[in-house]
Order: sequence, then structure tokens, then C-alpha cells
Amino acid sequence: MIAVPGVDRRIYQHPILDFKWRGRKIKFYFEGKEVIGYEGESIAAALYANGIEIWSLSKKYNRPRGPFCMIGKCSSCFCTVDGRPNVRICIEPVKEGIHVQRQKGLPDIPTTWKTAEEEEILETDILIIGGGPAGLSAALKASEYDVNIILVDEHFKLGGQLKKQTHKFFGSKELFGGLRGFQIAEKLTEEIKKRKNIRVLTQTTAYGLFRGNWVGLASYNKLYRVKAKCIIVATGAHENYLAFPGNDLIGVMGAGGAQTLMNEYGILPGKNVVVVGSGNVGLIVSYQLLQAGANVKCIVEILPHIGGWFVHAAKVRRYGIPIYVKHTVKEAIGKERVEKVIITQVDEKFQPIPGTEKEIECDLLLLAVGLTPDIRFLAQAGCKMKWNSALGGFVALRTRYLETTVPGVFVAGDASKIEEATTAMIEGQIAALSAVIKIKGPIEKAVKEREELLKFLEEYRKSPVLRRTREGLKEVVIE
Amino acid sequence: MEKDEVEKRKLTIVCRCEEVTLEDIEKAIEDGCTSLEMLRKKLRIGMGPCQGRTCIPIVVRILARKLGKHPDEIGYPKFRAPLVPLPIKLFEKAKEEEHES
Repeated sequence: MIAVPGVDRRIYQHPILDFKWRGRKIKFYFEGKEVIGYEGESIAAALYANGIEIWSLSKKYNRPRGPFCMIGKCSSCFCTVDGRPNVRICIEPVKEGIHVQRQKGLPDIPTTWKTAEEEEILETDILIIGGGPAGLSAALKASEYDVNIILVDEHFKLGGQLKKQTHKFFGSKELFGGLRGFQIAEKLTEEIKKRKNIRVLTQTTAYGLFRGNWVGLASYNKLYRVKAKCIIVATGAHENYLAFPGNDLIGVMGAGGAQTLMNEYGILPGKNVVVVGSGNVGLIVSYQLLQAGANVKCIVEILPHIGGWFVHAAKVRRYGIPIYVKHTVKEAIGKERVEKVIITQVDEKFQPIPGTEKEIECDLLLLAVGLTPDIRFLAQAGCKMKWNSALGGFVALRTRYLETTVPGVFVAGDASKIEEATTAMIEGQIAALSAVIKIKGPIEKAVKEREELLKFLEEYRKSPVLRRTREGLKEVVIE
Repeated sequence: MEKDEVEKRKLTIVCRCEEVTLEDIEKAIEDGCTSLEMLRKKLRIGMGPCQGRTCIPIVVRILARKLGKHPDEIGYPKFRAPLVPLPIKLFEKAKEEEHES
């Protein structure tokens, strides 16, 4: 199963994306065999492009694991890279000559550790955890106020999930209206590089908050100890999983995982696709799959109505993709990977109605069944949480200025509740201004700017399509 | 059950890291596990390298439904530092320096 001769899943023609970034070819090794990737690709992307999709074997039942979340959240892509175990190859870039080994259950005991570097002790005004839309916007806004900023992200590239958004954003020029998500990511990243008071640490994770606002950071070979006056948590979200027989087969993946492959790296995640969930993610990913040249067999929705916005549903319908409401996945079937899916109609109590099963052949089953905020850092820090279904699960209580119940710890973007990138960018700015005000006092300009942003956000959320978020927020915003 | 037999079977996986199935969870609840912590200790659910990011949202909902409780009463797992597994080698190079807190 190593070399899959003749398989090339790379997309070469696309109505929106060009692949000029595919520059230098990089030769590396998987299980001892040569693989060719391109500079800028993750190891996982390069492997999938070459038809290599079993990346690890599970430790209990020895089951194959491959692409699932594609953004460093799950554990399905654990490999050993140059002797280093437990590497998430979806957020690890390809490098010339590296040796990647499938991890089969527990890894081998490490024998080839490179020496770690000496820990660095840093002090900063604001530490921002997460370099997606919220984190990048927070860093840029704060940097206008003569404060020092450290921005960390686990990925090797900044931009978070903006990188896989190919649709044009709505709104004014300040909100990047008319630009596509990945273009916004590029723009923000370039701007960040120009700012002298922002230090960026990629491939670095924040592993905990300690007494006195000390935060521990770790890259693969170095620790950082950061004393931050304020901390902005912009850790984003992870995709929800769904429990049905066969749900761990290769070819069952998060809709966002497929977007990463297809929109960020230009790799076709599958040819015949069934999408579960008709929220905006499910609808948009379906349309994007068509653009990439895949065949979307159907969208399955358990509710009696389509979940996403009319504008997206209409687009998908125009292309003739059937949307089965009151339907769910009964099971996924396949030997090495998913080969077909059985869907079934459900009754009012969401129970399958016998005799309504349909069998659909497919090589990709995408789960677009919502997101959950990544609250781990906030929870470890001791922030008070509350469950709210409309906001995606447990979320941190926060003031309207986005400060949590732990003084000096702020939250922004999807980490604070599931919404979308535009509001994440605005929230990032609000959190940044709140941090600036906390550090420097109520600077007139900052206070004014923050009020304007808050007002704008309130107006923006008056949209009927954001009703659930609006209602949910009432439950978690505290005085 | 024999390992080989399980491998061939179609499973409904909830925790991908520790390979805990829906069946395992339902049985554990029937056997008297009435909290997230009990399930974690019995099944290792959510204790693998992703630290419950995939499974806990499902488990919270199952527990809430089965016990007739609000998810707030179920809660979320205790998160401790380090949030991710870190190589011990790194800490060899930690600086010995005192800090005022």
C-alpha cells in the first residue's frame, strides 16, 4: 500500500485557485519509499496527493487511520518523522530528505532525539494564542497601540481556517469585502510580518497558564516561558464527529478536512462524495467540491429543513445536488476504505424508518455536523464555562469586552462561540483593544474604537441568519 | 472478543484515539457510570493524544440524554498543563530561574 502508481490527486485547473505556489519539488521518504511533494505542502497533503492515505494504525484494534481533521486537532495522522514520534503530519511541512514512518499503535521508544535548545524567558504585553482570523486581527489592532505582542500558532503557516475559504467575503473594504478568505489570510500575514512589535512563533503550542500570568509555550525542540500582561485566546474550533457504524473508515472525514486538502493544497479529497449536514459548511463544501471537479452525490440532513443560508442552498440546488432532509447516515461500508454509504429516512424523533434505506456508492463521506469551540486553554486557565447548544457547546463566560472570568484572559473568534470569520476578525480587534485598555488605561482613541466595533458587531448580528448566536450570547455575556 | 474479530467488525467509534465505541459507552452507563470522569476512568475515553476534542462533545450529549440532565451538570473534563504531550527532553533545558508571581 505504499506506492500507489499512477495516482495523482492534485488539481491542476480550478475556476478560482491557481497553484503557482507549487514551486520547488521536495523529495522525502514514507516507509522508506520516495515521495514527491511541493514546498509549502504539509506532509499529509503530499502523501494524500500521491494516493497514500493510511498514515497510522490505531493502537487497540489496529485499524487504519488517515485524513480526518487535517488541522492538527485529532490524532489520526500521527507519524514518526526522523525518529520523532507523535508528529501531526497535517501541520508539519514537507522537507527535503525527511523520513516519515507510519505509527503503528504506540510509537517506538525515541532513540534519535535532537538536543533541545535552551528555554527562552520572555516578557510581553499581550500573548495571543492562535493565528487565525481572530488572532491575526487582534495582533494587528494591538500593535497600533505601541505594545509588544507575541503570537503563537501550532501550524507552520498563519491564517488558520481562512486559508481554506475560497468564497468572497461580504461587507465593506475594512471587513475585506470582495476578497476571498485565503486572500485575507495572506494579507493579514504579510501585514503581521511588517510590524516590528509582533513576534510570531509558528509550530508552537501554548501548554498552560501558570500563576502570575506565566504561560508555557513549546515547539518541538524548545520551551518558552512568557510573562504576559494580557492573554488573548483565539484557539478556534474543531469539527464535530458523528457516531454510526463504519465511521472510522478512511474516506470518512470532516468537511473542513476536505476543504483543507482541496482549497488550501489543491488536492481532490474524493471523486464521489456524500455530505452529511446542510448547514453552511455542508452547502459550501458541496459547491467547492463541484468547482474542484468532484461529483457530489447528495447532501443528507437529519432535520426537516435545510440548515444553512438560502443563498448557499440555492446555489447547490441549481447544480442539481439532491438534498435529502429528514435523512441520516445509517452506516458506511468498505474494506480498506469507504466504498458506499447507506442513508435512511428518520421519523420525528430522529429514529430510522425501516425500509427507507438507500445505498449510495462513494469514496468520500464528509461530516459537516457543526463545530465545537476549542476551550482547553481557557478551561485549564480556570475560566468559568457554560453550555450553550447554539454557541457550539461549552464556552467561556465573558464580558461584552471579551474578558473571561480570569482577569487578563480574553477570548475571541470561534474559541468563544461558533460563528464565522468576519465576526472573528472584529472580535479579535475588540479583545485587542480591551487588552490595550487594561494595560495602558482608558486611552480615548482605543475606547472610542472599541465602542464603534461593538456597535458594528451588534448591528451585524441583527441579521436574521445570526439569530441563534445572538440569543445564545445573551446567556454567556456577563457584567 | 478476540482482537482479529473486532478488527473485521464494523465499529461505531466515538473516541478515535482510544477506540471507544458507542456500545462501550452505552454499556458503561448501564453498568452505573453516571459522570464523565467515571466514563473516562473506565474506558479511557477522551484520554488519548487529542484529549477528547473529537469524542467529548458526543459523550456529553449522550450522558445528558441518558441521565436526563443538562450538559452543565455533566461538565467537561479537567484540563491540566501540559495541554499536549511534550517530550521530557525539552524540560531538561528549562531555565532554573525564580519568578515573582
